[in-house]
Amino acid sequence: MASVVFYFQVHQPFRLRRYSIFDSGTNYFDDQANADICRKVAEKCYLPANATIAELIGAHDGRFKVSYSITGMAIEQFRLYAPEVLESFQALAATGCVEFIAETYHHSLAFLYRRDEFIDQVQMHRELMADIFGQDPQVFRNTELTYNNDLAAVAEEMGFRAVLTEGADHILGYRSPSFLYRAPNCRDLRLLLKHYRLSDDIAFRFGNRQWESWPLTAEKFADWVDRINGNGYVCNLFMDYETFGEHQWADTGIFEFLRALPGAVMAKGDNDFLTVSEAIDRYPVSGELDVPHMISWADMERDISAWLGNSMQANALYELYALTDAVRGSNDARLIEDWRKLQTSDHFYYMCTKYFADGDVHKYFNPYESPYDSYINYMNILDSIRARLGQAAS
Amino acid sequence: MLGWEFPPYISGGLGTACYGLTRGLDEAGVEVLFVLPMPLPHDAHSHVQFRTPAWLAQAGQEEAAEPAGEEAPAEPTFRHVQMRALPVILQPYGTPESYREAVERLEQRGAGGQQEVEIPGLELPAGQGEAGEVGASPGMYQGDLLGQIRRYATLAVELARREKFDLIHAHDWMTYPAGLAVAAHTGRPLVVHVHSTEFDRSGENVNQQVYDIERAGMHGADRVVCVSYLTRGIVLSRYGVEAGKVKVVYNAVELPAGGDFDASPIARDEKIVLFLGRITMQKGPEYFLRAAQKVLTKYKKVRFVIAGSGDLTGRTVELAAELGIGRYVTFTGFLRGNDVARVFRMADLYVMPSVSEPFGIAPLEALSHNVPVIISKQSGVSEVLTHVLKVDFWDVEEMANKIVAVLRHPPLQRVLRQQGQIELRRLSWRDSAERCKTIYEELAR
Repeated sequence: MASVVFYFQVHQPFRLRRYSIFDSGTNYFDDQANADICRKVAEKCYLPANATIAELIGAHDGRFKVSYSITGMAIEQFRLYAPEVLESFQALAATGCVEFIAETYHHSLAFLYRRDEFIDQVQMHRELMADIFGQDPQVFRNTELTYNNDLAAVAEEMGFRAVLTEGADHILGYRSPSFLYRAPNCRDLRLLLKHYRLSDDIAFRFGNRQWESWPLTAEKFADWVDRINGNGYVCNLFMDYETFGEHQWADTGIFEFLRALPGAVMAKGDNDFLTVSEAIDRYPVSGELDVPHMISWADMERDISAWLGNSMQANALYELYALTDAVRGSNDARLIEDWRKLQTSDHFYYMCTKYFADGDVHKYFNPYESPYDSYINYMNILDSIRARLGQAAS
Repeated sequence: MLGWEFPPYISGGLGTACYGLTRGLDEAGVEVLFVLPMPLPHDAHSHVQFRTPAWLAQAGQEEAAEPAGEEAPAEPTFRHVQMRALPVILQPYGTPESYREAVERLEQRGAGGQQEVEIPGLELPAGQGEAGEVGASPGMYQGDLLGQIRRYATLAVELARREKFDLIHAHDWMTYPAGLAVAAHTGRPLVVHVHSTEFDRSGENVNQQVYDIERAGMHGADRVVCVSYLTRGIVLSRYGVEAGKVKVVYNAVELPAGGDFDASPIARDEKIVLFLGRITMQKGPEYFLRAAQKVLTKYKKVRFVIAGSGDLTGRTVELAAELGIGRYVTFTGFLRGNDVARVFRMADLYVMPSVSEPFGIAPLEALSHNVPVIISKQSGVSEVLTHVLKVDFWDVEEMANKIVAVLRHPPLQRVLRQQGQIELRRLSWRDSAERCKTIYEELAR
């Protein structure tokens, strides 16, 4: 028996408006662009994908299960710009076949800088999940699957039963991501590792006509899943939800693939689908995984260099978190909220200079013309935050 | 190869580009016979060390410039390059005084008197050998330029009779008539290399005679090489050249040899923002100053250095005063050789606010001196550089925003420098030369 564990990440950052050194306003966000993008992605991805998932849950009598992590930033934008998306997620929650995962409300890198701020953001997100979906998340994922031993310990301390992260080759070595692992410094916390090859076959390669396995059919993929039998229990397919309709456009056949996949998987042996909590309930831990350094699911490096790989990123993050005590102590709710929205990891991703000249995926998601423009804009906004705190510019 | 300037006798990027390309072709094993007009004497460079062909800078250069192509000694590091100097003055940005002087020197040698050659597709006046304004761009093209261009063509045809070559490569409009004439007399294919167009130099007030020469050269050539897609666009739309024969070959830069850094940088708490180039409308000095004024409302410990000269020098000095920022602006006049390297090394930031820049080698030079760069999007070089800051030349507020950011944030300077260095190493004259070689091979077939 092999169990497919689908986990979809749903996130939209509050993109910043152009903010020059000569600006003095305190609205930092590009409301128009955020509304446009949110509605566009809702049309292309969230609504049709949710409809497909709902249809599959109905068609398979509750045997098709999925898990989601939806950031506070995405939920807030659904409320503002696409409330029907939020309603369709609530309808999915009501089926009992959908589990919601906890993360930082602001999709931040706070874990790396301020533990108190990190814990507050996770609490905020837990409360949000309870509030809108009636679930108390049991499983945690940190922003972009960033993870190390310390995170495991903190997550266990906060009461989580499992953490999701990348099944990175340089961590696993010869071992398979299809088993469950534990952290060396935890009592009982489980690790579920992304099967990056099979996940990326869907998320990145599905529509690539140069790929040797194109076109990917549900039957072919179900065969690959079936091969896990005898060498593992779970097939952890972790990916951005925007894969469906946004990264892989509808005309690639991605929705047809998704629609056919559960039937094809369950047609082989007794393979099935589980949510993340069901997977840790059913399967034992097979080994220990020691991760002293930060890993993530980003880029070939599978490390945190996409957000903290050059001096600009390091400087922007340092200056942002240098304000922590002043902001948290300010009792100015709007200021605190603005500062937290500035913590969203996307802002630092835009400053990444890796591959910039090659015009790859980093560029596709970047609203700025260059990483330098992004840094300049961000630092100007931090100046404004400092001014509101009554501090002089650095 | 028909050229107009070559280091150390340069007034702009053309000489630098011709040198770099020639060097790249030399490395690629292409035999080059480089034909140049006799250089005008400059009084400023006797104390300057050039890392460029020694053949002109050395004592004894006067002898090298004998009439009708006496062989000049090539720099020893060139293996496949020979130089020929023709007694003609091609020096559009010279002063009337220096022109007069040069003509007198030519007359003393008795270099005049040849029968003038026919230029296919062009009517050019015969050489007069007298100083006087030509055309509608006062202050720019001085002396009897058109006559000298024709004389250059005549001498080039004469030279061509005695030399062996497979193809003619002519750089910028002043050598196009010579290129056309040599092609007509020898039947060899002609490549014209567009380093700039009259629209870049003069905006919409084009000099009709210059335009006609450019157009005739482009239409008469077998291939037109442009320094950027920006320039290629102008060649297609403004000169009506058939797209299939217009190619792009980017310029590059030679990395300076290490170890030439000043041991004692001036201790200062002032940052230096550098403008370096001719002070003309095309280079956008006005936008530089208007941005400077905005910068100064946010950041005071800064000096704006304008290095160069040109027809807008006086107007630009006045503008600095009018904007009330005179004490923050320094004008250095025209710089050469080591002084250029020195001012780059002093700079914290180089800004090229050009209104229209076919390519723009200076930002590459700035990067090679490890100086962060802001360039206008209206430049060819912005097609090849990604690790620089880019602005629209007219957006002085954004220009100021970026200048302030570079001055205030050391991490920004650091990443621009690091990444700029990496990017720079990917731009080599050898690659540009290989592209030219491919074009030559297509034509030679």
